[in-house]
Amino acid sequence: MTNAEVTIRVPTPLRGFVGGRDQVTVPGATVREALAALTAGQDAFHDRLFTAEGDLRRFVNVYLGRDDVRRLGGLEAALPAGATLTLMVALAGG
Amino acid sequence: MSLKDRRLAELRARIAEVAATDALALQRDGALLVDVREDEETATGSPAGALRLPRGFLELRIEEKAPDPARPLLLMCAGGTRSLFAAEDLLRLGYRDVRSVAGGFSAWKAGGLPVEVPPQLDAAQRERYRRHLTMPEVGEAGQHRLLRSRVALIGAGGLGSPIALYLAAAGVGRLTLIDDDRVERSNLQRQILHAESRLGQRKVESGRTALLDLNPTIEVVSHDTRLEAANVLDLLAGHDVVVDGSDNLPTRYLVNDACLRLGVPNVYGAIFRFEGQVSVFGGAAPGVRPCYRCLFPEPPPAEYAPSCAEAGVLGVLPGVIGTIMAAETIKLLLGLGDPLAGRLLLYDGLRGEFNEIAVSVDPDCPSCSAGAHPELSDIATVCSG
Repeated sequence: MTNAEVTIRVPTPLRGFVGGRDQVTVPGATVREALAALTAGQDAFHDRLFTAEGDLRRFVNVYLGRDDVRRLGGLEAALPAGATLTLMVALAGG
Repeated sequence: MSLKDRRLAELRARIAEVAATDALALQRDGALLVDVREDEETATGSPAGALRLPRGFLELRIEEKAPDPARPLLLMCAGGTRSLFAAEDLLRLGYRDVRSVAGGFSAWKAGGLPVEVPPQLDAAQRERYRRHLTMPEVGEAGQHRLLRSRVALIGAGGLGSPIALYLAAAGVGRLTLIDDDRVERSNLQRQILHAESRLGQRKVESGRTALLDLNPTIEVVSHDTRLEAANVLDLLAGHDVVVDGSDNLPTRYLVNDACLRLGVPNVYGAIFRFEGQVSVFGGAAPGVRPCYRCLFPEPPPAEYAPSCAEAGVLGVLPGVIGTIMAAETIKLLLGLGDPLAGRLLLYDGLRGEFNEIAVSVDPDCPSCSAGAHPELSDIATVCSG
């Protein structure tokens, strides 16, 4: 774990896990570390993002800047200082 | 000799003239034939494939149609006189090879050369669409294109309301509304297509009433039915663009897969509380534009999907997202600008921010990758309205 701070934008459907906030700042040198810090102590939130094998669920997308982290090395992708991650899930409403 | 005759004699000495039959040959070789007569004159017939640009607007608009000053221009009027004046104007503007068609349209017609009757806007349409007609990006040709266009709209609800109203106002010639709900009072906080006076009506009928009240010159086709695997291809076939304003994930996957099958672009939008997403999927050669499954390969299981009724949405939010969807639809119909494809626009209403993320073509996409031929299926409902 590192002390580098990462801003994570949280979509509306997941804000209940973070006290209603739309973004949070957590430490993390990789995507996995940042998401682990985000979900620390909240099994339901962790299960929402990760499979039992520790992979990102297919219906959850994470972007570093504007790019999908799956194209940047996945959960092990390194995060530059001051990085912004965007969590995204499908919205249904119309 | 009158002043006019003297001037014409001067022009004939300087401006190259070409016989109608030769003009046809030159047109087929790439020259631009420009009919400079007034709209009333060209209404009954004009050379096939000619650019119709009345002399009064010639210098103002010719560059939009003929950006290359080296391209030969053949100017035509009724009898070959006004085209001499017009030719001189274009030579002065900077075109290098400008000729006048001797005998004008009279000679063209007498020679049995190909003529077409251009589609016409009537006086009421000219008035209605004036702000489009004066924009070079739309103009008369673009307005005709909109009038010939067919758009299918999934959902006559929150997103569907502004989309349908703006597309009807813009003169999209045929709008197909697909929805199986009735109008309820709780809809009226955001579904501006409907009204207190039409509570209880089928949404597609209420919508049809509102749209024809706004623009009685278009056609509105209503399908009071739920989109399913068994009917989706029939309902969406024959449209130029499909706009997905549905309210549930199963329909979104079904619309995506059907649009890929039909090769029709899918304008996507979705909303939740203060947040919205917009993008354009498919409708291009394989591998060029991503589809909805490139972004979300599979829906979340039912236990992770919010209940739609509990979710709530700020009433104006579908207005923000729906109008962007309408703009993207009109851009696609007119071939204007850059479609919002390969990108997902995210709107955060509380922060007042738009952000954009990249959506790439997934080479392993179960729907749009090479060789994929997805079965159209009704996924179990994950949000039951």
